[in-house]
Amino acid sequence: MNAWFSQHRAALASAFRRLWSTPLNTVLSLLVIGIALTLPGFGYVLLDNLRDLGNNASGVQQISLFMNLDADKKDIGEIENRLKQAATGKWRFVPKEEALKRMQASEDMAEIVASLPRNPLPDAFIVEPTNSEPEALEILRKEIAGWPKVAHVQLDSAWVKRFDAFLKLAKLALWMLAGIFAAGLVAVTFNTIRLQVLAQAAEIEVARMIGATDAFIRRPFYYYGALQGALGGLLAAGLVFGALTLLAEPVGELAALYGGSFSLRAPGAIEVAALAAIGAFLGWLGAQLSVSLSLRKFD
Amino acid sequence: MIVASNLSKRYPGGYEALKDISFEISAGQMVFITGHSGAGKSTLVKLIASIERPTAGSLVVNGQNLSALRRSAIPYVRRHLGMVFQDQKLLFDRSALDNVLLPLQIAGLPRREAIRRASAALDKVGLLAREKANPIALSGGEQQRLAIARAVVNRPTVLLADEPTGNLDSDSAADILEIFAEFHQVGVTVVVATHDQSWIERYHPNVLRLDHGRLVA
Repeated sequence: MNAWFSQHRAALASAFRRLWSTPLNTVLSLLVIGIALTLPGFGYVLLDNLRDLGNNASGVQQISLFMNLDADKKDIGEIENRLKQAATGKWRFVPKEEALKRMQASEDMAEIVASLPRNPLPDAFIVEPTNSEPEALEILRKEIAGWPKVAHVQLDSAWVKRFDAFLKLAKLALWMLAGIFAAGLVAVTFNTIRLQVLAQAAEIEVARMIGATDAFIRRPFYYYGALQGALGGLLAAGLVFGALTLLAEPVGELAALYGGSFSLRAPGAIEVAALAAIGAFLGWLGAQLSVSLSLRKFD
Repeated sequence: MIVASNLSKRYPGGYEALKDISFEISAGQMVFITGHSGAGKSTLVKLIASIERPTAGSLVVNGQNLSALRRSAIPYVRRHLGMVFQDQKLLFDRSALDNVLLPLQIAGLPRREAIRRASAALDKVGLLAREKANPIALSGGEQQRLAIARAVVNRPTVLLADEPTGNLDSDSAADILEIFAEFHQVGVTVVVATHDQSWIERYHPNVLRLDHGRLVA
């Protein structure tokens, strides 16, 4: 056990030494890996933020039900009953008086409201369905539209649908991008490890001759690949942070123009660790493939 | 210690390097494998070191039948074998000490213990003062002695050498041979392939003489 541990430590140390001994190659490889991981990493952070934006805007996923102007208490009771039976989620009745009061509260509107001879607003219900799937919302909207004394049912379902479709498409594109760059990362590691094996040919031959197992010979290369990948992942995380920092101000300004406050959420420690782990895994995979092929000629 | 029965080695293409040879080397013996160039000396050494496999017959080293050995078992067989080559196969990217440390790292020895043993091995071949030198800075004879230190640091039961003095002047060669004789005296089985007849007169070892792949003495 002790020997096993010390051999792993030695392999890791040797991997560090090899990375350190060719700084230019190391920096170039890290840049390639870092950039390859930055694009999907950045895409992920961006999508994550967009999903947040979509969730924040979940108020949009409510159905506004406007009654006819001539609807009376009985009609309102009927709608209340139907909403209860449909059990679609939370709903709230907004009487026309309350709607008018709210309008008066708004400075810009107060004057206009004051000039009106009578309350032009209808009674309304605001329904927040539990099921916010675009399809379900659409079905519910149609049903409500058929109820008596309902003048208009409003659902911003087109926007929700579009946003949802966009997110799906973007996610798919991100996966494809990530797949391509992952393959690229494996290929880069494959090549650097191949060169490493060639450079260490003498050592490998001697080690074989004096009783080194395959595992002993392969281990430093695995560590090298994994280490390179992990460092590339950390570099990618750094680049993503950098890009977010540069984007933070313009995004804030843009959000302010739309009257909201929205700031980009930077990746957390777990996400950074995940990026490094993915890099390490892909590097290890590249090393595994490369060592298996490159060591054949030593048999 | 080393038992060959009806051992043959035929290379792809049909060349038969060893033809049906049988011999037995017992523990603690000093044996020279001699013969003209191309007689099969190196092939026999490679078979004993399981660098190559016999095509027929059996070869048992340290109780292990090498013809039936799994590939994954080969490293452990080699660890009981000290190997010295004509071209020493030293690593020039590290110090003399680090060259000798390599077999101990492979065996997984703790570093402190490994350094102690490597220093002792260097002392044995008279290179302790040069432990920090890069092998490239050593003379031919010193390089071969360094190779011997690396071969014996694991305390092998068999010391196996293929033309260890092939590239050396006669004084250095005599030094190397003297070191082999010393290991023989402390009980190590020493097997040396050489075409140098002068050694035989001096040390009177057991001799396996090969001629065109056959054992003649």
